[in-house]
Amino acid sequence: MPKVPIWDLPDVPKGELPPHIELQRTRVLCNPDAPTHTENIQYSGAYASMGVDNSLRLDHFRENFKVEVIRLTEDDMEFDLIGIDASLANAFRRILISEIPTMAIEKVLIANNTSVVQDEVLSHRLGLIPIKVDPRLFDYMSENDVPNEKNTIVFKLHIRCERGGPRLTVKSDELKWLPNGSEFLLATENSTSNSTSKPKTYTSFRCSQDSLQEFSNNPIAPKHPDIIISKLGPGQEIELEAHAVKGMGKTHAKWSPVATAWYRMLPEVVLLQEVKDEKAVELEKKCRVKVFDIEDVGNGKTRATVARPRACTLCRECIQEEGWDKYVALRRVKDHFIFTIESTGALPPEVLFTEAVKILEDKCERLITELS
Amino acid sequence: MEHGSFQDQTASTFSLADEDHTLANSVRFTLNQDPRVTFCGYSIPHPADARVNIRVQTTGDPASEVLKDACQDLMLVCQHVRSTFDQAVADLKRRKLLQPWTLTIKEITGLIISLSRVSFEN
Repeated sequence: MPKVPIWDLPDVPKGELPPHIELQRTRVLCNPDAPTHTENIQYSGAYASMGVDNSLRLDHFRENFKVEVIRLTEDDMEFDLIGIDASLANAFRRILISEIPTMAIEKVLIANNTSVVQDEVLSHRLGLIPIKVDPRLFDYMSENDVPNEKNTIVFKLHIRCERGGPRLTVKSDELKWLPNGSEFLLATENSTSNSTSKPKTYTSFRCSQDSLQEFSNNPIAPKHPDIIISKLGPGQEIELEAHAVKGMGKTHAKWSPVATAWYRMLPEVVLLQEVKDEKAVELEKKCRVKVFDIEDVGNGKTRATVARPRACTLCRECIQEEGWDKYVALRRVKDHFIFTIESTGALPPEVLFTEAVKILEDKCERLITELS
Repeated sequence: MEHGSFQDQTASTFSLADEDHTLANSVRFTLNQDPRVTFCGYSIPHPADARVNIRVQTTGDPASEVLKDACQDLMLVCQHVRSTFDQAVADLKRRKLLQPWTLTIKEITGLIISLSRVSFEN
């Protein structure tokens, strides 16, 4: 019997996982019937018996974590987060949707509304209009605060459809910003007593928001000028004031800064053996999103290649038929997230994401101070 | 708020008000990867209350210290995510600024399709 060094025996731990366990750890296997190995193994000692340390190593994370921006426009972006756990990606997504503040119309003072849209429906519609203003410049208004220039934005809407004219469509560009606050006078019993002072209105602004340098050459307005608010028939009129305050998406979706934010794991399509000629044509036809291409290998022979794995929706149509799972394997990479953010316009999407990460940091900091 | 015994500080339940899955699941992730942790998990006792309970059991260190370290780790991870992300966005913006005429493949194909459609119509 030949002498074999002990380290070459197949069952000696080498500090790395055997390939099949590594596959189960890093991939979700999308089988024809159901996905398997969907869980993330987080426990630090999960692979201790194989000599692999599964504890959190920050230097390891720093080396492996990558961000690749795929698309970045004014109000939407797509990027890849590589080397991060689903729990963190999900935390960022949840914060984006429900915990980043924005400004939205919360109070509507209606002086006159003879349109067919009822007051409460009109107010609700106004609330949903995204306002293009940086919420970081404002404070929250708590229950016993007076509305002032730091926590309230006032818009005026006064429009009338003249008799004998055509019907009128009221769009969001009719909302006019009032930098000096409300113009509606507060009804008080002793209004005559001090006639010299400024008449009291529904807001108490100490200065005009116009004079603040952030807004002086960048007036506050709805993000889109063409959102239909209501339609007026001849003789109908709307006169109102809308007060926007700072809030969060968990209170009401109108304060959510994103139309939506979502992620998906990177699809991985692997050809387990070569798919040739007619079979390749068949495979290419099976895929609706054109993941596969047919490649010429000379001598009139062809074979299938995986050209666009990112397009794969994991519909599993290509492995549904008997025997095809021997040729094609569909997987998802567990630590590669394709993240998409669609901003409603208050903040650009890249700022939204950094804000989301900051909020998670703040939460940690708060917990640490609470514990100590 | 911490629930545990004074004799045995290695096992505690922490009840956090005004928190949800966002923080609890992230902290559970970092806690689980700490070798000093023998058990950890979280629950939301009632969906209508904004409260989570995080259970931590350790091999010997005080549970509150281990939880604090987990938060610290999570913060460091977040800081790294933020700086890497900002770097990636800044790189992209600089590249776009340098080559404003470069089009993405999608834009090129879109252009070709629209051009061919025009010639077809003519």
